[in-house]
This record gives sequence, C-alpha cells and structure tokens, in this order.
Amino acid sequence: MTKILLMGNPNVGKSAVFSRLTGVKALVSNYPGTTVSYTHGHMKLGDETAEVIDVPGTYTLEPTSQAEEIALKMLEEGDIVVNVVNATNLERNLYLTLQLLEKGTPVVVALNIWDDTKHLGIDIDVDKLRQRLGVPVIPTVAVTGQGIKELVEAIPRAASPDLPPTNSSRRWARVGSIVEEVQRLHHRHHTWRERLADASVRPITGGIIAVLVLAAAFVLVRFISESLIGYALDPLFENLWAPVLLKLSPLMGGEGFLHNIVIGQVVGGQINFVESFGLLTSGLYVPFAMVLPYVISFYFVLGLMEDTGYLPRLAVLMDNVMHRLGLHGYAIIPTLLGLGCNVPAILGTRVLESKRERFIATTLISIAVPCAALQAMIIGLVGAEGWQYVFMVYGTLFVVWILLGFILNRTVKGFSPELLIEIPPYRLPPWRTLLQKLWMRTYGFLVEAIPIILGAVAAINILYFFGVFDAIANFTAPVVTGLLGLPKEAVTAIAVGFLRKDVALGLLAPLALTSGQLVVGSVVLAMFFPCIATFVVLLRELGIVNMLKAAGIMVASALIVGGLLNLIL
Amino acid sequence: MEKAPNTLIKMERGQRGTVLQLQGGRGLVNRLNALGILPGKKITKVSAMLMRGPVTVEVDRVQIAIGFGMAQKIIVRPD
Repeated sequence: MTKILLMGNPNVGKSAVFSRLTGVKALVSNYPGTTVSYTHGHMKLGDETAEVIDVPGTYTLEPTSQAEEIALKMLEEGDIVVNVVNATNLERNLYLTLQLLEKGTPVVVALNIWDDTKHLGIDIDVDKLRQRLGVPVIPTVAVTGQGIKELVEAIPRAASPDLPPTNSSRRWARVGSIVEEVQRLHHRHHTWRERLADASVRPITGGIIAVLVLAAAFVLVRFISESLIGYALDPLFENLWAPVLLKLSPLMGGEGFLHNIVIGQVVGGQINFVESFGLLTSGLYVPFAMVLPYVISFYFVLGLMEDTGYLPRLAVLMDNVMHRLGLHGYAIIPTLLGLGCNVPAILGTRVLESKRERFIATTLISIAVPCAALQAMIIGLVGAEGWQYVFMVYGTLFVVWILLGFILNRTVKGFSPELLIEIPPYRLPPWRTLLQKLWMRTYGFLVEAIPIILGAVAAINILYFFGVFDAIANFTAPVVTGLLGLPKEAVTAIAVGFLRKDVALGLLAPLALTSGQLVVGSVVLAMFFPCIATFVVLLRELGIVNMLKAAGIMVASALIVGGLLNLIL
Repeated sequence: MEKAPNTLIKMERGQRGTVLQLQGGRGLVNRLNALGILPGKKITKVSAMLMRGPVTVEVDRVQIAIGFGMAQKIIVRPD
C-alpha cells in the first residue's frame, strides 16, 4: 500500500489537513502531546487505498527533539510526502521543504492557512514557487476544506527534483532567494488581535489578561456544568428515574444481597442517589449527573483556550514560577490538562525535554492536581458544607503543589532546560473541530470510566456484604483514626480511590463526617495514590524505579498533609 | 552610525535588529536555527517578563518565547 506522509512544522494545520484527507477525526490543537504519538488513516487514491500518516510536527530534519527523530525515521519508510507549509511564514517552513527535497522522496506542497495571507498583506506567486521548487504547490485552507480536492488530485503528480544535499547556511540562503522571488509584502496596520497577542506576553497586561482568562474559564466551567445538573440531569434522575427504582425495589424484596448491589440502601422510602450506593442508583448518578457535566464543561473551556492559542502565552507568563518548581513554563499545559484527567496530562509531559522535568511534573500532577471527576465530587459533597471548605481543599492542594515542587527542584538530580516555544497567533476557534474534540474527550471519559465505576460499586457492595472492609478498617484504624482523625470506615474510600476517586469520595458521604473531616478526606484522597488508569500510565512513563519513588512521595506527603490538616481543623 | 551589539536581554522592547551571533553549544544553536533564529535574521523584541523571565521576539512574523538564559546568548546588532 502506498504510504503518504503528512509533514510540516508544528502549528501549520497538519492535523486539519489529515482529517480532511482521511475523514478520520484527528485532534487539532496547539499543544504537543497530541501529535507526538502519530495518527494514521486511509484515503482513496485513484482506485487504490493509500495509508496516510500524520507525522509529528518538525522544524528540521536535523533532529533536535524526540519527535523530530521519529519524523526522520518515518520519512525513510514513506512513498510520498505531503509537505504542509504555513503560507504566512514561508521562510521558515521552506527550510524543511528543501530538506525534504534533498532526501529524494516525491513531494507535494500544501500551502496552508492561505486565507490568512490576504489580510496579513502577503502576496505569494504560487506558479513561481512551483517552478522554483519543481514540485506541485497547492494553496489550501484545511479548516474550511478549500483546496483539498486539488491537493488530492496533485498527490499522484508528486515529484522529486533531485536537489543536491547541502549545509544549513547554504540552505537558508537558498530559502532566502526563493522567498525574495515569490513573495511580496505590503505594509499594513497592526490588527486588534495582534495588539492583544503582544499585550498578553507583557508582564503587567499579561498578568491581568491571565487572571481574567482563568477567572472567565472558572465561571464558564461552573455555569455550564451547574446548568446541566440543575436543569437537565437532576430533574431527570429525581422525577423520572427515582420513581422507576422505587417500583423496582419492592419487587426485588426491598433488601438482601442482590437488592443491595442493584439498588443499594433505601432509607425511609426514599432513594438518595449519592448514598444509596447501588449499581442503578449511585452507580449511574455519580458518573452521569455529578461527574459528566464537569467533564463536558471543563473540556469545552480547555478546548477554547487551546484552539484560540492562549495556552502558550500562559506558559510564557508562568515560566518564572515554574522554574522555581524545577520546570519551565510549558509544563503548565499538561498541568492544566490534569485538571480534566491525569492520564492525558502525564502523557502530555512527554513534551518536556529532560527526565528530571518529567519526573517532577508527573509527580506533582498525580499528587496535587485533582481530576475533573474528583473535583466534581468535591464541589458536590464538600460544597454542600460551605464554599470555604472547598476553598480549603483547593488551597491545600495548591500549597502542596508549590512546596513539593520547590523541594523536588532542590533534591532531584539533573538539570531542567529552558523555555523555547513558538507562540502561534490568536485565532478564532474552528467550532467544528472544537466540538469534535469535545465529543472525543467526553466519549473517552464515558468508555473508560463507566465500566470501572459500575465494577467498583458492585465490588464494594460484595466486599461489604462479606465484612471484608470491617477487617481492613480495624487493621488500619491507628493511621486512619489516630493520624487523620477520620472514622475507621473511611479506609474503604482510600482503598477504592485506587479504582476511581469519584466513587471513593462518594463513599465518604454516608459516614456523616464533620466539615473538617470532609476536607481532610478529600485532600488525602486527592494526594494519596493515583487511580489505576493514572498508575498504569505513570508506570509506563517513569519506569518501575521512579514510579516507586513517586509513589513513596505520594503516600508520605498525603499522610503528612492529612495529619497536619487534622491538627489544624 | 552602527549601534553596538547587545544581548537580546539588554535590547529595549519594540527594538529591531539583526542577529549577529548565537553563543551556545551545538544543541542550542540547532534548536534556535530550527525556529528561524540564525545570524543575519531580522529580529524584533516584543516583550520580556520580569525577574529573569522569558523574552518574546518576532522573527519572520512568528513570535517565539525564549528562556532568559538562552536569550543571554543571542547577540543582536540593533538597527
């Protein structure tokens, strides 16, 4: 089968071209981690089917990063290269194009983001560029699909003009002479978007913008999720689902082993969706009515920040702070991602260059960054006691994040490199891709979480029935009660936290904890140990030795912080 | 009259110049080159964060944020 490689610099819309060619919905965003692991799909090429590979974004074929090494390896196995070029930044993009031509693989150039050249005052003579390069050059706008048909038609005409290999400075000179000949620039005024772009990387205006953006993000997340819960999901469960269950309960005998697993405890003829803890009560209510709304709203807002290009600016602003934690500014992006789910966050730390950074970043994320599922439960349960308690949980985790990062920075050997990133221009988010991405992430949550949640609820009920938890509770009572000041049954929640943190926090609900105990319980659950999905990824990314180190840090810091909170509260 | 060469750190905000030299090891030079920062290129300093924070520059109409330590190693002749 013919292998078609999509290659180009980062931020040129390569993933958008990919999804146009293959119809497979690939992620399009500005942060790496989505393209470091490559995507592939199929397209029709005449009568046959060709494989299309979305190669990680690369600036040069002299590899300067792991992603670029992978790109080079893939090039050796490809038959045709579709070189996606950012038309608004011809000079730097053509450097890679020339390198590709020197390699001898047939090339077609897609001159993408073509629509932006007009208002940026850039005139490109496409015919002349075609002549100079000796390969087909097709202007495209992948976001809208413009030029894609022509691109597909041009793929069989891919050419290799036998450019002799040369060194870097000669190649830059050649790029310069091509650009000189094919490109004309017109003077124009700065647009408001560019002014805003400049303002957001200056210390004072940038700080103000960051506070506004993050505050708006927070308000938007809460507004969307609480609207979903209040107007859609709660009424659905209370008015439609609860009556069904109340009919079902007597049919199942009202109590007993099976009843406990399926429906759980029915107290005073009422179903409490948080505390009943059956498969059809809490097993459905927790994921769908408590967690899902936050997952949807969080990923919608994160998608907005990604696709407008705000996140790299946040990285610049946070660089200073992050250096104190042994990281550089870019680490803020996987960290933010961790507020949704720790698994993609830990995968996202691959963009950090050194092992030391990755160790610090993954440890900090798995200890101090609560995922959306856990946060939803914290807001639901602790928030019922008053917002000051929610604030205490978040405040504690934030202090832990800073302090632990500070300590790790002083103690972990190795060096942390510096920030060096391209800052793409602000763009209005392409709604189609934004909603596609939201759907993929939400769907991912449902597929991953629902089976584990239901399994956990069933397992907990069975273990309860046979008194297993009582035995464990008595054994661990000195630590749980003595150190953390929680009832000994709370150990169940901590144990279940290994499966799902949201279910675990739900287990604290029937224990009638004081507000202070709820705060301690939430913080300990967040810090103590990652859920199983995160654990598996951590193990794969860090290796067994570093994983054990990280786990040691987690358990120790959870007990220390939990104990301290118990003393204070 | 030509102005004296300066590091990127000491340039003023909004100032434009030509990259003269990259005083770093091969790794650093390669990474900067890949982003289009190499001797002879026109470079504009867009902003700098306080307290040894990163410097944002514009080269070929693309903005690039450069950590403080790296920015110290980029020598520019201001226009």
